[in-house]
Amino acid sequence: MITRTRFSNKPGKTPDRGPGRAAILPGAILRRPRFCPPEDIKIMPHLIRPKTNPASPRFRPGFAFLSRSVCIVLAAGMFSAAPISGAGAEALEDVHLDVVPRSESEAERIRKVTAPTTEFDAPEPFETNPAGAATVRARKDADAFSLPSGNISFGHEMDFKVGNGLFKKVWVSSPASTKASDGLGPVYNARSCQRCHLKDGRGHPPEDDDDSRVSMFLRLSVPAHADNAMTEIETYLAAQGIDTPRSRPDPVYGGQLQDLAVTGHAAEGQMRITYEEVQIALSDGESATLHAPSYRIADPGYGPLSDDLMISPRVAPQMIGLGLIEAIPSADILAKADPDDLDGDGISGRAQIVWSRAHERPMMGRFGWKAGNPTVEEQSASAFAGDIGISNPLFPGAAGDCTPAQEVCIAGPHGDGDERVFEIDREGLDLVTFYSQNLAVPARRDVDDPEVLRGKQVFYESGCIACHSPKYVTHRLEGQDEQSFQLIWPYSDFLLHDMGPGLADGRPEGVADGQEWRTPPLWGIGLTEQVNGHTRFLHDGRARSLLEAILWHGGEAQAARDRVVAMPAGARAALIRFLESL
Amino acid sequence: MKTSLTAMALVLGFGAPAMAGKAEVLETYADIAHAGYEDSLLKARELQAAIETLLADPSPEALNKARAIWIEARVPYQQTEVYRFGNPIVDDWEGKVNAWPLDEGLIDYVDTAYGGATDENQLAALNVVANPTFTLSGEDIDASEITPELLADRLHEADAVEANVATGYHAIEFLLWGQDLNGTGPGAGERPWTDYASGDACTGGNCDRRGAYLTAATDLLISDLEWMTAQWAEGGAARAAVTADEDAGIVAMLTGMGSLSYGEQAGERMKLGVMLNDPEEEHDCFSDNTHNSHFYDGLGVRNVYMGEYVRIDGSVVSGESLSSLVAQSDESVDATLRTDLNATMIELGQIKAAAEAGLSYDQMLARGNEDGEALIMDAVDALVKQTRSIERAVAALGVAQIGFEGSDSLDNPDAVFQ
Repeated sequence: MITRTRFSNKPGKTPDRGPGRAAILPGAILRRPRFCPPEDIKIMPHLIRPKTNPASPRFRPGFAFLSRSVCIVLAAGMFSAAPISGAGAEALEDVHLDVVPRSESEAERIRKVTAPTTEFDAPEPFETNPAGAATVRARKDADAFSLPSGNISFGHEMDFKVGNGLFKKVWVSSPASTKASDGLGPVYNARSCQRCHLKDGRGHPPEDDDDSRVSMFLRLSVPAHADNAMTEIETYLAAQGIDTPRSRPDPVYGGQLQDLAVTGHAAEGQMRITYEEVQIALSDGESATLHAPSYRIADPGYGPLSDDLMISPRVAPQMIGLGLIEAIPSADILAKADPDDLDGDGISGRAQIVWSRAHERPMMGRFGWKAGNPTVEEQSASAFAGDIGISNPLFPGAAGDCTPAQEVCIAGPHGDGDERVFEIDREGLDLVTFYSQNLAVPARRDVDDPEVLRGKQVFYESGCIACHSPKYVTHRLEGQDEQSFQLIWPYSDFLLHDMGPGLADGRPEGVADGQEWRTPPLWGIGLTEQVNGHTRFLHDGRARSLLEAILWHGGEAQAARDRVVAMPAGARAALIRFLESL
Repeated sequence: MKTSLTAMALVLGFGAPAMAGKAEVLETYADIAHAGYEDSLLKARELQAAIETLLADPSPEALNKARAIWIEARVPYQQTEVYRFGNPIVDDWEGKVNAWPLDEGLIDYVDTAYGGATDENQLAALNVVANPTFTLSGEDIDASEITPELLADRLHEADAVEANVATGYHAIEFLLWGQDLNGTGPGAGERPWTDYASGDACTGGNCDRRGAYLTAATDLLISDLEWMTAQWAEGGAARAAVTADEDAGIVAMLTGMGSLSYGEQAGERMKLGVMLNDPEEEHDCFSDNTHNSHFYDGLGVRNVYMGEYVRIDGSVVSGESLSSLVAQSDESVDATLRTDLNATMIELGQIKAAAEAGLSYDQMLARGNEDGEALIMDAVDALVKQTRSIERAVAALGVAQIGFEGSDSLDNPDAVFQ
């Protein structure tokens, strides 16, 4: 048994591990590059949208011009010092979409419409519809996140419904009489997608050791050894000058802890959480109590856990609006990045760059708590493999997350090799992907309520929108009408930010270090209680209310969080009211 | 092209002198809804009486009588399903009445091979019938008395798991038939009548609590149907909602027809089962009544379009029809859609014929049963085809596009981001 307490993740500190002790992970390797581009770096003009002069249609060479967005691009490694190579621009290309390029006049109109408002007397036009035409009415029951895109056709509605059937379907162990449903595990976290993504909403930590842990699990990794061969993405990032902490799945337990197993196999272990209370004093005599979690793994089923094991607790995120997030131009996300905080606002923001299995190239990461997946398809495929143990065209291994060290698990039995080839075939994966892309975002409620508008002003003026960016316009797309060219309001920049030691998991993932998390979208967050019967937020569900979630913000968000602590109680209440209307 | 067609249809629509009024068409629509829910209610009360008899004096005959009435009760109810889509009042309510599939182990004993009770759904083997107290999401529940409130407020979708269906037709179906343990082989559920017997004759244990559950679920079904019938009565909220804006009301009618035909019925209820060869993907799986469930869903779609519904007493509710409205705009569109609806009824009728002759729907789903798959997929194709015609009817009427309205929203500043 190994105990993991909250990670303080102080750079340079020696890890201190052992049962019952805090594990502090090395932070030195996690630091991001701090440099501004040399002057000879060439920029692809059409990819740069300087924030300071958003209307500028053309890039003008010269260092003086290099705004923070340019720096970002450089630091994020989009462009090397060499002449622009295919690889350099690759991660910016939205190869997963069939895009109709924007005209200059369109881009200009979009810049205007997506600029954050400074007027709070009345709602903005179309603010009620956070997903544009894909928005649906806000049902008043637990099904509020389960409707298809509001602009879906009858034909696509069929794909959505069949996908829903697969999303709900309970996989069974092999061999089974229902050939199309077997292949579970051998080790797994859940038997269906829906079981974690409860009501297509968010999961939650167990209430106690007896409660279900199914909608939450631990990701695992260990630092890479120096002699480990470089992965494709590591090679790519190194070539771009991005210094990332290299890690590998645990050699025995793999990339996540599967706490369940089919008959005849051992579960990998059990996640255990204990909480410690932390009192926070707020202005006007108010206070809050945070629950600071500690995690440990009990009953390891495949031998002792390695000393340098890094763990990251994750609850299943809500499922709405994913196809729209996927349709945001990468360039528009990168335009908000500022990895070296050149504008000095204390907010950096880095794009995650990951290797796409489907496209066999680097792509911007958008999905997951650390943006570890580039597309809904890869997110779905990796969840099938890792969470349920279901092989698929992108993750062909029938043993899911099992490692060669888990010989019995590798040996099976498995459910592949029948006419589906994989345990879920291409058709099934496509249907689940389509379903996941089209779970609709419900309409806002009470957008014109004076308290909501006041809270909106507090949200905008306290600096929340520095990361929780309000608006985007999606690509114009061929063959994807539901997501095409919509004004959407996810309230996220989809970038990685240092959130401070309090939230740190100490487990790097791709470009993200142990303190960085992707800004999660906020749309629908006010319906969490209605849909899921709880108000548990953040990556491990530690926050028990929206206020607690705000108070956990640290690092780059520390200043905004401190403003919330200090502001008059009425303003704080209005802020929460605004969030509840999302 | 589409714009000009739509514009033309608008001109024709508004210009035609003796048009069938949308208001009258909507009135027919609401009248049929009211009659359908009222019929469902009447049948549910008959079911309640039969269950009272069963519990007062258990016998094989009494159980069979209750089962027979349950099957009759599905006839009017399934014809109302077309109202679910396009009418938020119905859609928000429907899950209490007709949710499926369900983890029946929540309610009562199940076969030991049922499995999956521990991790996937902790409540899948809860067995409320056998357990007067239990823990739910960390809270102790007193279920010593099984009431409609316990079912609706505590058990239904407990732990946010949709398969925890504690109420509605399918919960009652399970209590009358029991599990269908025949897979894709012949035969439905075979619950013995003695599951409701008293004293030593009782099988399955807790016969009194099983009876109490059955009573509570039926009472709840009745109160839910009473509520919905009232929504469609004169002055009811559902009737008011659909008649408030005539174009929106017509869209609601067509949305209901198209969504039920294509996504819900052809997709989730039929195609998915064929894909998975899974007898659990059968709508009325305990009773093997799925062929009727599909048939009367289809008939409900036709009822809405033709403005005609045959009630359980044989009387007919009819009035100004959507069909005549479409015909005024485009006779050929109307004729094609009527042909398509009739073709669907023939395909669904063939499934029904085969099922009633002994090849139940779950047998059609068996892997390798090519004839069964063809029967189902022909009906799927017919449902898809009729939906194409429904889309043409929408265009012909010039009412708001159901499909991609707004996908070009940025191009139209006046209608942006609707």
